[in-house]
Amino acid sequence: MTINTLAKGGCHREQMACFRKMEKVIVAMQDPDMGMKMRNQRLLITVIPHAMTGHDIIAWLTHKYRISEEESLHLGNMLVKYGYIYPLKEPRCLVLRPDESPYRFQTPYFWTSTRWPASELDYAIYLAKKNIRKQGELMEYEKERYSLLHKRINHTWDFVVMQAREQLRASKQRRKADRIVLECQEQAYWLINRPPPGVNNVLDTGLERPNNFSCRVTLNSDYYKREIEACRKALGRNRVKSSICLEGFLKYSEQYLNHDPIMQGCLPSNPWISDDTAHWTMNAEIVPVPTRLRVERWSFSFMELLNDAMGRREFMTYLEKEFSAENLYFWQACEDIRHGESSKIVEKVEDIYKNFLAPGAARWVNIDSKTMDKTLEGIKRPHRFVMDDAQMHIYFLMKKRDNDPKCSKITLA
Amino acid sequence: MAAEKAEMDALKKECDGLRAQIEAARKAVNDGSMSAAASGVASVGRVQLKLRKTLKGHLAKIYAMHWSADSRQMVSASQDGKLLIWDCFTGNKLVAVPLKSAWVMSVAFAPSGNLVASGGLDNICTVYNIKAASPKTLRELDAHTGYLSCCRFLSDTEILTASGDTTCCLWDLETGKQKVIFTNHIGDCMSLALSPDMNTFISGACDSLAKLWDLREGACKQTFSGHTSDINAISFFQSGNAIITGSDDCQCKMYDLRSDQEVICYQDASLNAGVTSLALSSSGRLIFAGYDDFNCHIWDSLKGEKVGVLSGHDNRVSCTGVPDDGMGVCTGSWDSFLKLWN
Repeated sequence: MTINTLAKGGCHREQMACFRKMEKVIVAMQDPDMGMKMRNQRLLITVIPHAMTGHDIIAWLTHKYRISEEESLHLGNMLVKYGYIYPLKEPRCLVLRPDESPYRFQTPYFWTSTRWPASELDYAIYLAKKNIRKQGELMEYEKERYSLLHKRINHTWDFVVMQAREQLRASKQRRKADRIVLECQEQAYWLINRPPPGVNNVLDTGLERPNNFSCRVTLNSDYYKREIEACRKALGRNRVKSSICLEGFLKYSEQYLNHDPIMQGCLPSNPWISDDTAHWTMNAEIVPVPTRLRVERWSFSFMELLNDAMGRREFMTYLEKEFSAENLYFWQACEDIRHGESSKIVEKVEDIYKNFLAPGAARWVNIDSKTMDKTLEGIKRPHRFVMDDAQMHIYFLMKKRDNDPKCSKITLA
Repeated sequence: MAAEKAEMDALKKECDGLRAQIEAARKAVNDGSMSAAASGVASVGRVQLKLRKTLKGHLAKIYAMHWSADSRQMVSASQDGKLLIWDCFTGNKLVAVPLKSAWVMSVAFAPSGNLVASGGLDNICTVYNIKAASPKTLRELDAHTGYLSCCRFLSDTEILTASGDTTCCLWDLETGKQKVIFTNHIGDCMSLALSPDMNTFISGACDSLAKLWDLREGACKQTFSGHTSDINAISFFQSGNAIITGSDDCQCKMYDLRSDQEVICYQDASLNAGVTSLALSSSGRLIFAGYDDFNCHIWDSLKGEKVGVLSGHDNRVSCTGVPDDGMGVCTGSWDSFLKLWN
């Protein structure tokens, strides 16, 4: 027994798969031969059979599944939290106590998986019964919910009261012991399906999302016109062959395999495991000597080199030797505009023009005339991405240099 | 009335025709499958990660978590109305941020480590300065007409949000105003992820589509279909050329951006629960996907096989995250605990 909901798109999505697993355990516990030993519970003058102590439950779980006591306690607690076993002494405290406290199995009629979801009507009948049976027996929160339900399903209220009376009458004809058991079972069921305020609702399945799309966006002719435009653009897109792309993923995973601590571990040790922060110290942003793995990563792609503060420093040293350091300074200044504060954009763009683009500038960068014209035009109305074309041009210029064997010799030295 | 309907039908027909052409163009470049390409790759075997720490402190369901760029601090959000910032190495709580609205659904850490943002059913994205003596509200970004499902910082001055009102939005934190609104989805946006080069971002929504957006142009550049239910989680493959999605239809999929199509689907007949969250190991080889069945299952991204499971939570796994240095994975659950594994 479990709960299968028909999700959107028609696939069956299992809610609360844990029920299936817990029910297996419960059935095993009630096995006449290998199951739990039952005792009688004494309630003043009434004797209620088929009770068991918390201690017995834990002992049985430990023995049957060959697990530690700690895990048995955890598992037993889950059985209580989800309503398969309920406490007899303090019904509102849904916790498994590893002592002589008495517990009982919930009847399959009241398994949460059997009656899912719990219906408002049933809850109303239950509260009505409690109210009729003993005036003032409802708790504060139950009284509130009762009056809320009275408003919400007012049209069937006669039915609710009639059902409540009928069920009370039927139960009076039962033996006292059976009546008490039934009341306990019902109470346990509702403590889980309608928990008191402040108690964690274990059956919560989250927000209900609107099923109907068009309540948010109207699928009218404007929408389709926009879609057609978008599709036309998308159709003209350049698509790369799958085989080439897949090769790319394989190569990437392979390259970075040694750099993946979960797959290959890391040296000197993974701080999470060894509690030693040496790895982090050795790989801090600026260190006297970068680790071998770190330098290896710089050779994977130019972006890796540029994204690492020390990599940039090494590259800058190389560029200075080649008298082309202005390129990297320019690139860094452009990055600063792209990711920095909007209020400083105008100021930064002016600085870049003065230092890198103006004729005779101290750090003049060599950009082709077409890009230069476009950039100078854009500077008249500066925005975050105004330097993008120039930055891209310089990036590729630097990348060519990075591919120069002279450069890699210097960085990997 | 009839003329309008005829026009709509004609437009719909044209739209469907174009979509079919796009599908044909995709098929034309599809000259190899991932399983064929990965057949020569060594299997990763059974991946067994151990539970290293359990972070206790929240009093109600944990809805979201996000690692800091320093790979050591992490922020988590719970419906007990608090954001907690943890030092995951020591397990200590560093800062507690009380929220105005307890119905939080998303949280984000700024790359600088100075700010965190959160939002949820209040439709507002609130940004806090956590470096002040006590957490101070920096901005309240209030313009969405639906719940805030996800938020991500680009820097200390810009933040992206995804909302149940079907739009994503880029905000300027200095002015607190919207800069670009990304509209194209027809269902609630549930998640978003920023590309490694920060030029584009992807979003997954309840219309079962994943879309790639250009931050500069403000337009949707690519749309990926294939899922049959809400996409709850989305992430970039580290190379920036692929995206991974997780959905309520119990499947995860990888879509390649350059060939513009789905390359592999991660599904298992025995897995009958929706995917709530996902994260990749730093080489991209392992996918950690959190499911409704209380577990986080581990997939081999290249071979498409389930290679492990992280069991230990007592309720749905709602959020998963791998820090930038890839040391391990953190799972957060509705059972109010966060667990660190590696």
